[in-house]
Amino acid sequence: MAGVADVFKALADPTRRTILDELADRDDQTLFEICSRLLTKHRLDSTRQAISQHLDVLEAARLIEVRREGRYKFHSINRAPLEHIADRWLERS
Amino acid sequence: MRIYVTSVLVDDQAKALAFYTETLGFVKKNDVPLGEASWLTVVSPDDRDGTELLLEPDGHPAAKPFKAALVADGIPFTSFAVDNVDAEYERLRARGVRFTQPPTDMGPARTAVFDDTCGNLIQVVHVAAP
Repeated sequence: MAGVADVFKALADPTRRTILDELADRDDQTLFEICSRLLTKHRLDSTRQAISQHLDVLEAARLIEVRREGRYKFHSINRAPLEHIADRWLERS
Repeated sequence: MRIYVTSVLVDDQAKALAFYTETLGFVKKNDVPLGEASWLTVVSPDDRDGTELLLEPDGHPAAKPFKAALVADGIPFTSFAVDNVDAEYERLRARGVRFTQPPTDMGPARTAVFDDTCGNLIQVVHVAAP
């Protein structure tokens, strides 16, 4: 179970926040699509290995979910940890 | 020097020929028996004298792990130009083609990625005129 500290650590990095921005656009993205979006839309030319490591951190914090389907691997945003943060400090009706 | 052929590594030449012609719409150009396999190429019906695509057997032991690693990361090793990515997406989906990336704007290009059923991901791309 990821703690709130993991969530904040994961969100502390601007590249990881941008990855979440792009995953908020559509679920089920391959590593290739995420890298392409970062490069063409944000001029973030991190290596594929670096992006893969960022995804590992996001997955450990449960901010993304990784789904394997056959030979493919898809990534989607998981907003639940963010909901917990909002519930903790924001009064929401 | 000029580029006259490029290749995709396929797991089965007969299956590949069916997919690349019947499903994608390319036409067979060369089919020359060569040992256990054939020198099997297709071309675009819009450019029959253009660059040929060689459907090359992936029998080398390094080929299959290479292909599997690319597919796992969603990487298309081969890319085809189309006039309208969204129209191709709809046309191919209607024929049962599996896409790992629906049409998406990537800077000046619009791209989509599909599975060729022979172990490869293929990108279709349209780049807007400047």
